[in-house]
Amino acid sequence: MSAKVLEVEGLVKRFRGVNAVRGIDLSVHAGEAVALIGPNGAGKTTCFNMIGGQLKPDAGRVRLEGQDVTAMTPRLLWRRGVGRTFQITTAFASMTVRENVQLALNAKAGRLNRVFGRMTVAFGKEADAILARVGMSADAERPCAILAYGDLKRIELAIALAGAPKLLLMDEPTAGMAPGERVQLMALAASLAKRDGIAVLFTEHDMDVVFAHADRIIVLDRGSILAEGPPDKIKADSAVRAVYLGAGLASGVG
Amino acid sequence: MTVLSPDILLIQALNGLASASSLFLVASGLSIIFGVTRVVNFAHGSFYMLGAYLGWSLTHRVMTLGAPGFWGSVLAAALIVGAVGVLVEMLILRRLRRAPELYPLLATFGVVLIVQDVALAIWGPEDLLGPRAPGLTGFVSILASRFPVYELFLIAVGPLLLGGLWLLFRRTRFGLLVRAATQDREMVAALGVDERRLFSSVFFLGSALAGLGGALQLPREAVNLNMDVSVVVEAFVVVVVGGLGSLVGAYVSAVLIGVIQAFGILFLPKITLVLVFLVMGIVLAVRPYGLFGRFGEGEGLRSSVQETVLRPLSATSRAVFTLAVLLIAAMPFFAGDYAMGLIAELLILAVFAASLHFLMGLGGMASFGHAAFFGIGAYGAALAFKGLQWPMAASLVAAPFAAAFAGLVAGWLCVRLSGVYLAMLSLAVAQIAWAASFQWVALTGGDNGLLGVWPPTVFASRSGFLLLTLALTVAALAALRIAAFSPFGYALRAARDAPRRAEASGIDVRAMQWAGFVIAAAFAGIAGGLYAFAKGSVFPTYLAIGKSVDGLIMVLLGGIGSLTGPIIGAFAFGGLEAELMASVAFWRAILGLVILALVLVAPSGIMGLIGTRIVKAAKPAAPA
Ligand SMILES: Nc1ncnc2c1ncn2[C@@H]1O[C@H](COP(=O)(O)OP(=O)(O)O)[C@@H](O)[C@H]1O
Ligand SMILES: [Mg+2]
Repeated sequence: MSAKVLEVEGLVKRFRGVNAVRGIDLSVHAGEAVALIGPNGAGKTTCFNMIGGQLKPDAGRVRLEGQDVTAMTPRLLWRRGVGRTFQITTAFASMTVRENVQLALNAKAGRLNRVFGRMTVAFGKEADAILARVGMSADAERPCAILAYGDLKRIELAIALAGAPKLLLMDEPTAGMAPGERVQLMALAASLAKRDGIAVLFTEHDMDVVFAHADRIIVLDRGSILAEGPPDKIKADSAVRAVYLGAGLASGVG
Repeated sequence: MTVLSPDILLIQALNGLASASSLFLVASGLSIIFGVTRVVNFAHGSFYMLGAYLGWSLTHRVMTLGAPGFWGSVLAAALIVGAVGVLVEMLILRRLRRAPELYPLLATFGVVLIVQDVALAIWGPEDLLGPRAPGLTGFVSILASRFPVYELFLIAVGPLLLGGLWLLFRRTRFGLLVRAATQDREMVAALGVDERRLFSSVFFLGSALAGLGGALQLPREAVNLNMDVSVVVEAFVVVVVGGLGSLVGAYVSAVLIGVIQAFGILFLPKITLVLVFLVMGIVLAVRPYGLFGRFGEGEGLRSSVQETVLRPLSATSRAVFTLAVLLIAAMPFFAGDYAMGLIAELLILAVFAASLHFLMGLGGMASFGHAAFFGIGAYGAALAFKGLQWPMAASLVAAPFAAAFAGLVAGWLCVRLSGVYLAMLSLAVAQIAWAASFQWVALTGGDNGLLGVWPPTVFASRSGFLLLTLALTVAALAALRIAAFSPFGYALRAARDAPRRAEASGIDVRAMQWAGFVIAAAFAGIAGGLYAFAKGSVFPTYLAIGKSVDGLIMVLLGGIGSLTGPIIGAFAFGGLEAELMASVAFWRAILGLVILALVLVAPSGIMGLIGTRIVKAAKPAAPA
């Protein structure tokens, strides 16, 4: 197996009495797409926020390519190759689609302290290449403020890709999208993971998407890991069926 | 200080508590209105002033009725002011629900101007002495001193009101709705509540409280036309220090500020003006959401900016600008001194407005104290020129450096906050700078200002100075435009659009905002330096809140969504103000009405109006 990109050990987070995450271990390898699933409130977003630097864990360690990055700021993590999309999608609404990606590329090149010269003259081609990869070429000139939600999700992915990530964290990347679009977006993310050797960790509610594109699945319930394994094993796991997937699984996978 | 006997300390403490009650009356209304409607109501002080004037008139009518007459008048004044508040909400603010959140603020500035002239027309410019409160005119002996009974009564009013409001909010359906709306606006819609009725009743309650505060002030101090702004600023301080949305916080901070003021007069008379704002600065530096505030309460102003894509100037706009510049450059051939002086001043205002737009339009940091940097630039230039005997060119260069240095300090404090908190902290910083310019007489000449800052040689003539101003203005505006389209300018906007996304994409949000703050301060300083030479003098008013408000009006009036907006706004507002002031008695009211009309017709500023007109005009021509 390829190198471990992300390694999480004993991660814990409490919010005023709520044990949101209670000691989680997980790892993601280069080129691997791992799905973190679980009912609402299971602690998935909290987990992501601790890995992405938005929250400080109460206990536990996060390692990136073997180095301890626990409680680093999102910006430092970004510099080390962590890209992420948020559950509540945001893009830079006062810019066009291409400008969003160009800005991320300018950031990567360390050009943000320049007060002279147009931002848009740099990395136009590179931005277009990334937009082509997420299927947004036709919309490059459109203002982000008027985009549909599904398109925003793709822009967020494009912004994250502009940072040339080694680890991609995607929190509910397909929520709010039409079913067809969902499979398409996750197929894209999974293929990127394979092609560029990016480690992808994502959460997802749509089981079709999860079983189709995850190499491995981790099931979270009330802050703890309930089960872990390849899709076939998770499908068959009776504990998972009982607690989380319920009777709907069979029909859902069909 | 003189002898500090225990009774003096006690009396001052009681005075402080009495002031605290007055402050709380006004601040609680402001807090409730903001909490539910998210309107930063600058007219709240005007409601207070109206309450005082109405109370004065009513009590004089019913003087013979004794106590019932007095208290009836106070109550009637409060109710009338409440009704005025409802009118303002229904006629103006309700129509702006869909507009960006700073536009209701602009509308309330308009209301302030109108109320000022209405009060002037009805009650005249003289201070009016109020009546004593029948039954409460006596004194009680406290240790060796005498203390007015009315003050004791006021001391009780604060906690009583707090208790009453607490019951109202905990025990009634209306209170439940108010609390729900304060915490989560979407929730109210989900509860199926008639939002319009809720907003109107909240405005009634809040305005009536302000009116009550004004009327109850009658036995304490004379009614005058300057009460409105001074009171609303103090009320904002109280609300912000206490924490937005917290009535208990508002009362605690009213007590804190009332008592600090009372003892400040005793111990630190030299810096009384600064003291309150110093306290506010310290509280916000330590507790960014106020004493009792919670994260996220005051975010309103940040999302206020329209999400319009910035575009480089079109060929038409370029031509119009070039033409305008050429026209101004040719003024010496056809225009008189007055016109050239006015245009020079408007150019300077355009730079000031553009610098504020850089901060609030691009950076998303609405500042209520941007004039501080304008004024510091002006003082910097004047002190370099008169004090250090530097040549004019060097003095003009000194101006932005002085302002940028101040911006470095102020920005470091301010960018740690956002929304209303940031706006109020910037106001605090500006008030401190203003008070310094006022009370540091040895350096600034105090109220008398610095005089004789006249430009030498070829620039002494109106035409010479106009051309110099034109050149510097064009350079400054071009530089701001270039910065807006630079990688830094985009990063600054990204930090405003989506701070979390920006941080996760390698953008240091605070650093960008801090740098943006300093750049905006520097350009305001350029404007201030030029202004010093244009006027030949510098006064504390250059830093005063009125100037900051002017800047806000110019930016919002012109349109916050484009870089041209502030320039148009500066010419429209500055030009209108100068013309009206010179020719009409009640110029404030007319200016206020114009602002209201514009806000209602064009809730995204003049540039927005032009934009939609162009789009509308172009539509039929475009193929479907
Ligand atoms: N900022 C917070 N403050 C308090 N509780 C929180 C906070 N964020 C999450 N929680 C709680 O932690 C638990 C896990 O939430 P979350 O990580 O968002 O779950 P998921 O993403 O799996 O739906 C929930 O019970 C939630 O209410
Ligand atoms: Mg979640």
